[in-house]
Amino acid sequence: MIRFENVGLRYGLGPEILRDLSFSIDRHSFQFLTGPSGAGKTSLLRMMFLLLRPTRGLITMFDRDTATIDKDRRAALRRRIGIVFQDFRLLDHLTTYENVSLPLRVLGKDEASYRHEVVELLHWVGLGERMGALPPVLSGGEKQRAAIARAVIARPQLLLADEPTGNVDPNLGQRLLRLFIELYKSGTSVVIATHDIALMDEYDARRLVLHEGRLHVYD
Amino acid sequence: MSTLEPLERMAEPWDAGSSGSMHALAPEVPSPIVPSGSIAGRALTAVIAILTFLAALTTGAMMMVVGSASDWQSDVSREVTIQVRPVSGRDIDADVRAAIDIAQGTAGIAQVRAFTKQESAQLIEPWLGSGLVLSDLPIPRMIVVKLLSGARPDFAAMGKTLAAKVPSATLDDHRGWIARMRAMAETAVAIGAAILALVLAVTVLSVTFATRGAMATNQAIVEVLHYVGATDSFIAKQFQRHFLLLGLKGGAIGGGAAIALFGLIEAINVWLLGTPGGDEAAALFGSFSVGIPGYIAILVLIVLMAVATALTSRRTVNQTLDRIERE
Ligand SMILES: Nc1ncnc2c1ncn2[C@@H]1O[C@H](COP(=O)(O)OP(=O)(O)OP(=O)(O)O)[C@@H](O)[C@H]1O
Ligand SMILES: [Mg+2]
Repeated sequence: MIRFENVGLRYGLGPEILRDLSFSIDRHSFQFLTGPSGAGKTSLLRMMFLLLRPTRGLITMFDRDTATIDKDRRAALRRRIGIVFQDFRLLDHLTTYENVSLPLRVLGKDEASYRHEVVELLHWVGLGERMGALPPVLSGGEKQRAAIARAVIARPQLLLADEPTGNVDPNLGQRLLRLFIELYKSGTSVVIATHDIALMDEYDARRLVLHEGRLHVYD
Repeated sequence: MSTLEPLERMAEPWDAGSSGSMHALAPEVPSPIVPSGSIAGRALTAVIAILTFLAALTTGAMMMVVGSASDWQSDVSREVTIQVRPVSGRDIDADVRAAIDIAQGTAGIAQVRAFTKQESAQLIEPWLGSGLVLSDLPIPRMIVVKLLSGARPDFAAMGKTLAAKVPSATLDDHRGWIARMRAMAETAVAIGAAILALVLAVTVLSVTFATRGAMATNQAIVEVLHYVGATDSFIAKQFQRHFLLLGLKGGAIGGGAAIALFGLIEAINVWLLGTPGGDEAAALFGSFSVGIPGYIAILVLIVLMAVATALTSRRTVNQTLDRIERE
């Protein structure tokens, strides 16, 4: 579904922070992306979400060379991917319900057509009682779950999650991990960037490890 | 529309004890995607209101100046005078009658009226004092010739005929006056237009910058909308609509205040009319009215503000999106 071939990345004139990355994310797969802080996990996810162009190398996504497609095609590809940002990126003036339903709303869908689905998902992630709350009054873990719900509401084929357990206690972390596993089981490919070793030990999955700019894959 | 089936089939990962209140907390009316009552938005409304007010004042003032200038000009050019001097050996009354005939025989003349001896005397009374025996004095007689509005009688021909038939009469068509009036009016209009152009340019520029400022707080919203899959045109439309309303609101407040002010001035002016001071003011400044074109200009100004605001927001959105995509 996504294939990297000899991809390198540098910011501006700085050093190459990612070098010779060659790997692929398959359909219906689950993997952790790990590495020390500053290793380039967020940068790699941003490249997968087409927010960042590689300095060299080739990224193929859904069988298309991402370097040659135009803006609208990129947007269309991006719509097939859900992303959970490290800093959530929830809109503070919208309620939890509205934040989560945003991906459907911006497609011009009628509110009545997705209302039930959103409410159900909010219950599913344990935010049933917080639907009308604004993000500033949510706890870190609640924001995290709202961000995850928003990333999956439009049923993406690929879910990218950047440190989705970075702001929560181990217990909540495990519950969020179960949520991702359920999503994976229901057909979504999942990439979770984390440096939480304990979390990765919870579930035996493929690991992509970034170390000194290079990627090591442990299947 | 797909349902949540795959998720429903599996075990609830979360304690689902609260599913009884399923729809209880979902809000009825969705909030606008662009927040409506932000501080930056209110500040922008105020800026637009004030700028529109000032620009509208300038516009109205210019309309007044232009109106007055053309009023003076048309007042002066609506009549000409013939002066008949008493010349020994000629019958001045006969000369006056002959001059009146010539004037009435010219095309484009509405009315010809000779000042009586009495009236003529009154004209010079301030200089000579009253109580003079007028018949003893050789007083020149004035004939006021009023023109049909819009008509341009052939004064050259009329002057020639007068000179030939009534040598004691001279025609004064105020040409020098009119030329000077016209020059003055044109200068006033040119200066007015220049000031108005500057004020409008400054207004539009300020509104543009103020909108950019207000948009800065919305960058995050543009980004998030982009990330969750909104098309560029969807995002641009949200902001454009919001800022169009914001600009209209600010413009309506400022323009409305200006219209109210001009209306008040006009009302006071009508009320003062007839009083000696009011007459003098009217003579000097014309009707004190910005007139229908003035009010229309202010309405156009309000729309201009709203459009400038909306377009700037759209451009800022597009710049933000371009920046995101360029990385
Ligand atoms: N926009 C940017 N401009 C310049 N350098 C950047 C930028 N973003 C990230 N970097 C640098 O790239 C490197 C990798 O950053 P990145 O955020 O991808 O790491 P990370 O693995 O996600 O770290 P963390 O675990 O702390 O989130 C870091 O050295 C960082 O300083
Ligand atoms: Mg990171």
